[in-house]
Amino acid sequence: MKQNDFENKYGESWQQLEQWLKHGDTDLDLPAAYRSLCQQLAVAVERQYTNRLVDRLNQLVMAAHHRVYQQQTLRKNTWLWYLSAGFPRAIREQARYVWLATALFVLPALVLGLGSYWNDALIYAVMTPEQVMQFESMYDPANRVLGRERGSDSDLMMFGFYIKNNIGIAFRTFAGGILFGLGSIFFLVFNGVYLGAVFGQITRVGFVSTFYPFVIGHGAFELTAIVFAGAAGLRLGQSLIDPGRHRRLVALRLASVEAMKIMYGTFAMLVIAAFLEAFWSSSTQLGIGIKLGVGAALWLLVITYFALAGRGEANRGP
Amino acid sequence: MLDTAYSIETPEGIDLKAQAAGPVPRILAYAVDVFYRSLILLALGIALAFADRAGMGIWLLCSFLLEWFYPVFFEVVRNGQTPGKKAFGLIVVNDNLTPVSWGASLLRNLLRFADFLPFGYAAGTLSMVLNKNFQRLGDMAAGTLVVYRQAGGQRPELPKVAPLAPPRGLQLQDQLAVISLAERHGELSEARQRELAGLLEPVTGKSGETGLQYLRAVGCWLLGSR
Repeated sequence: MKQNDFENKYGESWQQLEQWLKHGDTDLDLPAAYRSLCQQLAVAVERQYTNRLVDRLNQLVMAAHHRVYQQQTLRKNTWLWYLSAGFPRAIREQARYVWLATALFVLPALVLGLGSYWNDALIYAVMTPEQVMQFESMYDPANRVLGRERGSDSDLMMFGFYIKNNIGIAFRTFAGGILFGLGSIFFLVFNGVYLGAVFGQITRVGFVSTFYPFVIGHGAFELTAIVFAGAAGLRLGQSLIDPGRHRRLVALRLASVEAMKIMYGTFAMLVIAAFLEAFWSSSTQLGIGIKLGVGAALWLLVITYFALAGRGEANRGP
Repeated sequence: MLDTAYSIETPEGIDLKAQAAGPVPRILAYAVDVFYRSLILLALGIALAFADRAGMGIWLLCSFLLEWFYPVFFEVVRNGQTPGKKAFGLIVVNDNLTPVSWGASLLRNLLRFADFLPFGYAAGTLSMVLNKNFQRLGDMAAGTLVVYRQAGGQRPELPKVAPLAPPRGLQLQDQLAVISLAERHGELSEARQRELAGLLEPVTGKSGETGLQYLRAVGCWLLGSR
């Protein structure tokens, strides 16, 4: 069959399919149309029809292929399952990385915390004197307002700031992991050092009654989330360093599926943390006792959730 | 082959082909996106200036969303094309050439930060240049790639000549060459076509315009015109 005859014979069905792909209003049996189109493409290639025709058919096959193999979630309410069981399960599955990330974050924080508690000069190894002055004035009990300098009308502003700043840090901590884990390690240690120094310094100068009630509430979500983001990043890095029996690219692909299971929940935790930090932690009306009590309850809640939620066969999920 | 062709085999036994897009169009597309994003932020900044500190909060929130989720939104909802990619005819797809999903798009855009390191997308550009399919780090982890969106090819007008039967013993690849000369008569300049036809003078025995017309006539015949 010459090419022109071939095109005349099937041209109409191709146009129909093109119409359907564009508008989707006509009646069409997509799988059948797709299969015969594939057959025609194969024939066209086999008979060495011109590039133009082969390209056109290839394009049409690709567009139809997109429709046929569209990835759709079959199950509804996956996110509900994810929050109630999937997320804590993912954290427990990656426990090695979570503990490693915790150590990378907490150990420098402890060292710098105790160090700057005993040694009043150590803080200046981490920060400039202006920065120290600034955060000391934030938590000075003589101030009426708490946190970064603010009026009562600016809760929303601080919410925006916390979202942009803190979630940005968590995302970077994760993303840095693809550089053989180095980026995640850097951000975890860096934030640990910084946080430890601030804790030590504030405790040493004795602004305990303002600082701890402020940080305890959102800290339950924020600090754990940063550690989880780091753990997800370390998972990526590990897959490149030790890909096991896979090729590195495949190992990275598999690891990133696992890592993303952690990142969705981490994002949710950071949004909660930003809410708490902007609208709850900064409140000056609430007593110190209430804030410490609620903060401790939140820590307990977070720990219980990751330790217990979603255990058992029934929660295996999709 | 030393080109940007990317092909995968579908379950139907068909090879799907696409052209992977290199760093230059992707950087340009990114620049366009940055421009749009700054424009949105500027407009928001002006609009929210009246709302004082609350406005500042909303602006920060929007700038966060734009920074991390602007590409994700467009890649998933607008068929793999941010406005910048659309301007350059690029499209993000999974490496089996299916449309990109939320998970993959989120991952490749979260890892954008690693591609940015140490400055100005140095890591991403390096990775693109070294990779056969121009994938940056985020693309490799998410299993995505950026390809050219092909324009719909219309059936070209054949030259208006009376078809002539080809000489005997014309090999398949000779036939293909003659056919594509006939098909591309509108794309190449007349002079170039005469030059190409002139190469076959020893075979056809015709030179210049007559040689070209003869080859076109044979091409039309081979395509099935009578």
